[in-house]
Amino acid sequence: MVAHLLRLKLTLLRNGLRRSPWQLVGMAFAGLYALGMVATLVMALAMLRNAPHDLAQTAVVLGGSAAIVGWGIVPVVASATDMTLDPARFTTFAIPMKQMLAGLALGGLIGIPGLATSLVALSTVATWSHGVLPALAAFAGAVLGVLTCVVLAKVVTTATASLAASRRFKDVSAIAFMVPLVLMGPIVAGIGQGLSASSGFLPGFARTLSWTPLGAPWSLGGDVSAGQPGQAALKLLVSVAALAALAWAWKSLLERALVTPPYAGSGRRKGGRLGLLGVLPASPAGAVMARSLTYWFRDPRYSGSLVVIPLLPVVLAFQGSQTGDFTSLGILAPLSAFILAWSISADVSYDNTAFALHLATGVRGVADRLGRALACLAFALPVVLVFALGYSALTGDWAGLPGQLGLSLGILFTGLGLSSVVSARYTVAVPLPGDSPFKKPPGNVGQTLAVQFGGLLVLMVLVLPQVGLLVAQVVTGNSLFGWINLTAGTVLGLVLFVLGVRLGGKWLDARGPELLAQVSVNR
Amino acid sequence: MTAPHSDPVPHSEPVPQPEPALHSVPALNPDPRPGPAPKVPALSIRGLAKRFGDKIAVDGISLDVPAGSFYGIVGPNGAGKTTTLSMATGLLRPDFGTAAVHGVDVWQRPLDAKRLMGILPDGVRLFDRLTGEQLITYAGLLRGMDRETVATRVVDLLAAMDLQEDAGTLVVDYSAGMTKKIALASALIHAPRLLVLDEPFEAVDPVSAANIRSILDSYVASGGTVIVSSHVMDLVQRMCDHVAVVANGRLLAAGTVDEVRAGASLEDRFVQLVGGRSHTEGLEWLRTF
Repeated sequence: MVAHLLRLKLTLLRNGLRRSPWQLVGMAFAGLYALGMVATLVMALAMLRNAPHDLAQTAVVLGGSAAIVGWGIVPVVASATDMTLDPARFTTFAIPMKQMLAGLALGGLIGIPGLATSLVALSTVATWSHGVLPALAAFAGAVLGVLTCVVLAKVVTTATASLAASRRFKDVSAIAFMVPLVLMGPIVAGIGQGLSASSGFLPGFARTLSWTPLGAPWSLGGDVSAGQPGQAALKLLVSVAALAALAWAWKSLLERALVTPPYAGSGRRKGGRLGLLGVLPASPAGAVMARSLTYWFRDPRYSGSLVVIPLLPVVLAFQGSQTGDFTSLGILAPLSAFILAWSISADVSYDNTAFALHLATGVRGVADRLGRALACLAFALPVVLVFALGYSALTGDWAGLPGQLGLSLGILFTGLGLSSVVSARYTVAVPLPGDSPFKKPPGNVGQTLAVQFGGLLVLMVLVLPQVGLLVAQVVTGNSLFGWINLTAGTVLGLVLFVLGVRLGGKWLDARGPELLAQVSVNR
Repeated sequence: MTAPHSDPVPHSEPVPQPEPALHSVPALNPDPRPGPAPKVPALSIRGLAKRFGDKIAVDGISLDVPAGSFYGIVGPNGAGKTTTLSMATGLLRPDFGTAAVHGVDVWQRPLDAKRLMGILPDGVRLFDRLTGEQLITYAGLLRGMDRETVATRVVDLLAAMDLQEDAGTLVVDYSAGMTKKIALASALIHAPRLLVLDEPFEAVDPVSAANIRSILDSYVASGGTVIVSSHVMDLVQRMCDHVAVVANGRLLAAGTVDEVRAGASLEDRFVQLVGGRSHTEGLEWLRTF
């Protein structure tokens, strides 16, 4: 039965890859990335063999504990866990609980995170290969540690299954996850500084951790190697007991979950509030704009990129505070103009088959394009203005403001026009409606990359005049170029915006059904 | 006229009633017959065909749906019902063939044709981050209707679908049946002359289904045309006055329900036409416990 479950997992993986060769390419890229990480860690662990005992022990225990914590947290926060072996799907098969637990646990190891963790954990055997006994102890510790990782992840996902099934939790956690991801640089730097300031504290911390279930399995090899078999035996007891407790918790949670499927209840609400649909003009374009704006705030796939915008100045200001030079903040306005304008280039792909409503109601392509572009412009324009003005206020460089505004508005308007054309013609692989923004999107990765890079190149060419004028201003120091840039950027951008909306509308009218067929492939 | 081939029915009645005929081989043979001009069919499809890869989903279907009829399209799973209806409503471009709604070609003048149609497609998502009320309003506004008309009709539709209590709930939190009902309401808001409903009763509770049926009945009584696809024969037999049987992408029979079922029950006739019934032998072990 265990073998059956494992084979099922492998078959699911293989069939998933068989859907398109690009799926395989995406997997290969993820695999290469993971392989690079694994290779680095394995080498580091092998090199620790010749390091002082205390250093090696501290590094292994801290790293291992971090791995266990990660396996416990990531599945919940990312809410993108692999549910291909969702226990709920086995409810009707009457599989004996023990074999199901073993099969699901081993199944959790199949996949890139599981394999990577196992490989790195097993290479601690190399770290402690000073003798047969330490190596054996390290091996036992690695197996226990990896099992603890997997079972902990299962306990956490099973316990939060009904929580994770609620849409509200999914939405919030997906957006919340965005924040640490964007602030990764400052966070890592902060931790690094904290660690180097308190390096004397780390060995003590590791020693304490090694007596807890987090660190115990990882410390076995080191303890035996240091000639403390008694201590190692006690820690073995700790980790085996912890694993047993986790397995028991998982078993009882699973038994309960199998008979009480997750119920995501939500209150009923009477109508009467149309929101933006009741405010914006009652025309097809106005309706599309209202709907798009509503989605920008309600759909985590959109609001995820909204969350990034206020975090950008934080990241750049942090960089500035490191070097004392805040000029990098100057790219804020053009960068956010680009991010926001380009974000609607996948709008129809985000709609998925809901786009059928636009097709069925016979809304004109121009109205569709205009509504979506105006929705984005509604908040992108203030954001860009605030960033540009804020930069000048911060640096006192008011002479550079017209030039910067010219470039930023040029990028914003041109980008929206270009996005309107791109999303009317090409679909890209995006997370499905209702999925986490971090979930690996189904579909054609190759076309996505081609469309994204091609679009970027075209956009760069289209905003060359503004870039040229900005360079001319910086080189000559003549503020006249700035004013020309402001005028040219706005006028040229608006012209391209109108052209883009009209061309996109024309293409949409002509190819609406084909577009619907393309998005229907991934649903 | 329902049958796209000539039928030997005399046309001397004072009121020219559409006389659909049962036919098992749909032949394109319109005869220029004298007398009063035949009514323009609500939906007229000719030789529609679609191929997905090496699978032929629809293999040349021709069909006329008379105006004012309640038309059922039945067929086993994967028969090509959804594909046919998608091509007839402008959602999927056919490889061959044409479709016209009240004489307006769907693929030549899509915007005009879509104005005449209300469509409930099967298996597509909705803009489900809108509330139910917002979604119907959105559908109305997309059609270019003015705000007041939309607002009044939204209230009426929510009441008719028994969704007032959940009007402010996001559609993503709706049950399957409620989702079907809100999609149906979005298809009705512009008072179309032709309703094309793909599996409208799937997952809808009996009370709501009865409500929807009475709405559709009075809609047909006042001159509208309804096309429903279903694989529930019983429902079609009770609800529809015309029926077409589709299997393997071909039209097997079409006409009034009485003509098609030819004295038998629609279900028996359907099984006979489709020919997929396997005998109950062979599962003896199921009775051994």
